[in-house]
Amino acid sequence: MNSITRSETRALAHTVLELDVNNHAGVMAHVVGMFSRRAYNVEGILCMPVGDGATSRIWLTVNEDARLDQMVKQIEKLEDVLAVRRHGAEHEVFERLEEFFR
Amino acid sequence: MTSPQTETLSGAQIVVRLLERQGVRRLAGIPGGPILPFYDALSQSTLIEHVLARHEQGAGFMAQGMARVTGEVAVCVSSSGPGATNLLTAIADAKLDSIPLVAITGQVSSALIGTDAFQEVDTYGLTIPITKHNFLVGSTVELLDVIPRAFRLAASGRPGPVVVDIPKDVLLQRIEISIWPAPGVADSAPAPDAELVATAAAMINAAERPILYLGGGVVHSGASSLAVELAEKASLPSVMTLMALGAMPVDHALSLGMLGMHGARCTNLAMDECDLLIAVGARFDDRATGKVAAFCPQAKIIHIDIDPSELDKIKTAHVGIRGDVKAVLDVLVAQVSARLRQTWLSRVAELKADHPLRMPGIEDPRSHYGLIRAVADCLDDEATIATDVGQHQMWVAQAYPLRRPRQWLTSGGLGTMGFGLPAAIGAALAEPQRTVVCFSGDGSILMNIQEFATAAEEEANVKVVLMNNYSLGLVFQQQTMFYGERIFASKFKGVPDFIKVAEGFGWQTLDLDQADDPVAALGKALASRGPMLIHASIDRREQVLPMVAPGAANKDMIGG
Ligand SMILES: Cc1ncc(C[n+]2csc(CCOP(=O)(O)OP(=O)(O)O)c2C)c(N)n1
Repeated sequence: MNSITRSETRALAHTVLELDVNNHAGVMAHVVGMFSRRAYNVEGILCMPVGDGATSRIWLTVNEDARLDQMVKQIEKLEDVLAVRRHGAEHEVFERLEEFFR
Repeated sequence: MTSPQTETLSGAQIVVRLLERQGVRRLAGIPGGPILPFYDALSQSTLIEHVLARHEQGAGFMAQGMARVTGEVAVCVSSSGPGATNLLTAIADAKLDSIPLVAITGQVSSALIGTDAFQEVDTYGLTIPITKHNFLVGSTVELLDVIPRAFRLAASGRPGPVVVDIPKDVLLQRIEISIWPAPGVADSAPAPDAELVATAAAMINAAERPILYLGGGVVHSGASSLAVELAEKASLPSVMTLMALGAMPVDHALSLGMLGMHGARCTNLAMDECDLLIAVGARFDDRATGKVAAFCPQAKIIHIDIDPSELDKIKTAHVGIRGDVKAVLDVLVAQVSARLRQTWLSRVAELKADHPLRMPGIEDPRSHYGLIRAVADCLDDEATIATDVGQHQMWVAQAYPLRRPRQWLTSGGLGTMGFGLPAAIGAALAEPQRTVVCFSGDGSILMNIQEFATAAEEEANVKVVLMNNYSLGLVFQQQTMFYGERIFASKFKGVPDFIKVAEGFGWQTLDLDQADDPVAALGKALASRGPMLIHASIDRREQVLPMVAPGAANKDMIGG
């Protein structure tokens, strides 16, 4: 991504989504496929197992878009998604990662 | 732990047992490499009958036919690789029409996955976007969880297809088993929000020009008679989507028939005037709404659906109620007040009189509408009516007097040519007491013509009415209307002798073109038992009218 598009992207409002999911091989494909098949870009993605590893948490940062409400409803319908929480762009999870992307 | 009941069974035997326990008594499929252990186990089942399709897409649509007429989850089976890819169209079709299906696919052994092994394909990856959920089974013991879950998921909420991809080693592995899981059944839907239902009732009571808009969800949830009751009590003129045809008898006084692209002018005009739209189990599909901004422009909207993601997806509802349509209507019927609505009903009657559906030639059994009417006249409401996709499908949707939910099988969302014959076979095998008629076109029938063999083998009571216009009629019509009459790739230069083809498959045949008394010949053919091809030539220039041009508003219809 060149610097111009990068700063343009940043100008758009972002939403951070926090998903609790079952931890198995296909979950990530189900979640990101929901975005990719609508040509809806996922700007950032982060996933780690939680607790005993039966579930994972996925963090996504996406552009705020008229389709976002529909996206969230669709993600909530996924069998392996246990919960979806929406946060503002100010959520620190991706901010703290910034240093790894310099 | 071993107990006297402990058995040692292979994964394949476990799947068969779980299907038996689920109540599955018939499934359709085609065997091959990795699924063979399952077939070996199935051969020992005294409860489950296997229908050997001649193409996996045929098997998928046969299962759909079974599911559509019974409302129960149906099963299709294929091998890995090409077997699984051949199933995809039928699975995608089930997704768009919300049909409960469990597709079991064989997969190469776990150790070979990811090596480009012979007949390996990523069935899991391929089916993510076209299923409600899918599984790649990791171990034999997992089957005890996955199979009942697949049935539960297929049947719960908004129904849909579920794929279970099972590697060969998982089918072969033997494990000890003493306790069986309960069969998977549909979860009960959350109770509808009482306050929202009360608001909806108040809106209906206050409306001057309401319209009830019924979708496929009404059929799926078994709410047809409640919907009719609601319409009658509150005097609601009612429209149906393609998927809902049969939910309210088309000749009911309050019925305005099908809405949208090929609905009657009166239907779309009435919607243009309505002040309240009550959408029930419908999803505002573009073929139904036309240009969305101009759809029911004066109306407030009540939207009732079991799938929360349908609410506000296309049109923002003033009241959106998530719930099983039947449960919601049950409460709603009690809360709406009985009203006569004389002004509105007489306005609708006026629209009906001024802008009825015109069906030229309806009296002539050698014309398209007349043939459909003549077939209907030979049958009663017990008959099941399937279609393929094209002009014939729309003519049947317009002209056939559908009066019973689950009477009507058509590929609505995906619009898949080739759907009709195998779906009709599945329907006929699931309900052998009925006559199943499949209206098809000379384009569509060739897309799954191999299933003539299955129908003959199973002696399925299927009558194919082939409306032969020697062309891909709907394409021909679109090129005529919207592409400056540049007819290209839609006229067939070579057309098979369908009578000979059918005879070659062991079917009885009737060529209406040759019949002196077509009505009598039709009556005799439809009353016979077993597969029968009824062939009739149709003028290629006939069109489906009226029509809303793609992207146009429903009130601006062409023709008719
Ligand atoms: C599998 C598939 N391929 C292509 C289409 C596009 N299509 C829609 S209708 C149609 C023509 C159908 O011809 P036919 O079955 O003869 O019916 P008719 O319109 O002549 O009644 C075509 C090609 C489709 N719906 N499905």
